[in-house]
Amino acid sequence: MKAIVNVYLKQGVLDPQGKAAHHALESLGFHGIEDVRIGKQIVIKLDSMSKEEAITKVKEMSETLLANTVIEDYDIEIVQ
Amino acid sequence: MKVAVLRFPGTNCEFDTEYAFKKLGHDVAIVWHNDNALPDGIDLVVVPGGFSYGDYLRSGSIARFAPVMKSVSQYASKGGKVLGICNGFQILTEAGLLPGALKRNTNLHFISKYQHLKVVNNNNAFLNQYQAGDMLYVPIAHADGNYYIDDAGLEELKINGQILLQYVDSDGNVDSINGSVEAIAGICNKEKNVFGLMPHPERAIEDILGSKDGIKMLQGFIS
Repeated sequence: MKAIVNVYLKQGVLDPQGKAAHHALESLGFHGIEDVRIGKQIVIKLDSMSKEEAITKVKEMSETLLANTVIEDYDIEIVQ
Repeated sequence: MKVAVLRFPGTNCEFDTEYAFKKLGHDVAIVWHNDNALPDGIDLVVVPGGFSYGDYLRSGSIARFAPVMKSVSQYASKGGKVLGICNGFQILTEAGLLPGALKRNTNLHFISKYQHLKVVNNNNAFLNQYQAGDMLYVPIAHADGNYYIDDAGLEELKINGQILLQYVDSDGNVDSINGSVEAIAGICNKEKNVFGLMPHPERAIEDILGSKDGIKMLQGFIS
């Protein structure tokens, strides 16, 4: 099974990369963009276990290392 | 005085730091990240600059879990003085020894230049050789120096006199060159024994380097 962790800067924390990409998209003629946020995706292959167990484990990984919760939020998706 | 300078894979300022403290007449021990203990009888731990663990994931995020960092946390909790410079500042925030976090510079550039700084608070071991309002000229070299703290945290820094240094222009006007909240270049913890800054005082210790303003910072720890 796989866990997909998406980590991105919290709303309200300026995302300089997202802002640069936003400007670049607009200068390429893409309009109607409200906001661009850039994050990272961490894909973790896990031994087989229950979904609940996987979520608990990956949540702990995220809080400990994968995200800096001072500035970042994360979400977890478990894929069988 | 005896100074321990930490060394992680990717650290690159340990020898500059060693040189600076030796020049001031101190004993310096370079301590490997895998060591489980700090040398006996030290007066200061320096977490120097560089790119520990390649800055992977986030700057400082992996170094904070190195075995030696447990000893550093214990040392700090007993009141021992710890100074983090550049990547060392990032490591100390990741470790929770200093509040806030360091993000990518707003302009996305790696900024490497001499920079004017203003002393905000001198009521601490690090800047006691300076007066509040003094202007310094010290090199900076970082991509992730954009200091962030939420409003409540900022208020606490102000109340406790934890803001040490601000980026300013040559006239002394506050100038957040990398996007830092309140142009913060350096802070300390509430207990005033853990210090972190993005500028490199160890690179400003001789006229030939363009500035000697770093000397008084490093000397502050002696008194």
